[in-house]
Amino acid sequence: MHPESSNPSKECQEMFALLSQYLDEELPPETCEQIRSHISGCAPCVEFVNSLKRSIELVRNIEREEQPAPLPAAIREELKAAYKKMLSVRRGAPAGC
Amino acid sequence: MVSASLEVELARDLLAGKEEAFDRFVETFRTKIFQYSYLMCGHREDAEEVSQETLLRVFESFGQLREPERVKSWVFRIARNACLMKRRKSVFAPAQELSLEQFLPRADHEGGEIRLQIADWSALPDTQVLRGELRQVLNQAIAELPEIYRSVMLLRDVEELTTDETAEVLEVSTEVVKTRLHRARLAVRQKLDDYLRPAPREEAPAARK
Ligand SMILES: [Zn+2]
Repeated sequence: MHPESSNPSKECQEMFALLSQYLDEELPPETCEQIRSHISGCAPCVEFVNSLKRSIELVRNIEREEQPAPLPAAIREELKAAYKKMLSVRRGAPAGC
Repeated sequence: MVSASLEVELARDLLAGKEEAFDRFVETFRTKIFQYSYLMCGHREDAEEVSQETLLRVFESFGQLREPERVKSWVFRIARNACLMKRRKSVFAPAQELSLEQFLPRADHEGGEIRLQIADWSALPDTQVLRGELRQVLNQAIAELPEIYRSVMLLRDVEELTTDETAEVLEVSTEVVKTRLHRARLAVRQKLDDYLRPAPREEAPAARK
């Protein structure tokens, strides 16, 4: 209800928007250093960043046990034909643009 | 730049008319496209169809691939469009924006102290994750993301495309990719947190003033 009283500090909130870029190392060095030094002294931020990092790892390692069914021979032929046709058009095309 | 990736070399060979690259290209990309579209569409049959349709489009228009270095983003763009053509209402709910504020750590008041409610489950071992319920929760969390966020997360975090490549696939700016990726991750983190956080001891009457 009262954002100032029930939310994390202003500084935490500013960090909050940048955490993915921070973890992906996409921030300019100064900003990165600023966040690093804030986080090192802020327990809630440490926990939040750790759990965000862990979530990203989980997504990255999401188990992809599902494999496509073997490609039917007829489809393979169709693909190959499309490829060959593309090649012949390309070869027949006049040189240059 | 280091040596070109397998995909890029295969694309170069194909463009050069080296037909022996055909089978490897098909196998490499078919699995990728299938897994991506399975997570995008949520239906096995759709994913099978999307991967065949995508490959057909790819071979038909291979001559239009001007830069083989961009083969991955080019193929994924075709795959994504094929996914969108299959859109099913349940999976592609109307675009909905996720705001940053909704993912701010919640605070509660404990003896006058503001305490952030964040459970430290980051040390959770993989073995516990990979089996059973939590995997469901994770898959569900991704499936429930609005499409504009889900597609960014799948390309960046699952397929491990770069920010630039993802921007190319989705035809948006890199800033948009970064913003959406962050919100997608926050949303997934939130779902995992809801699931993993121990239930609060008791619901204290809101003593805020
Ligand atoms: Zn903080």
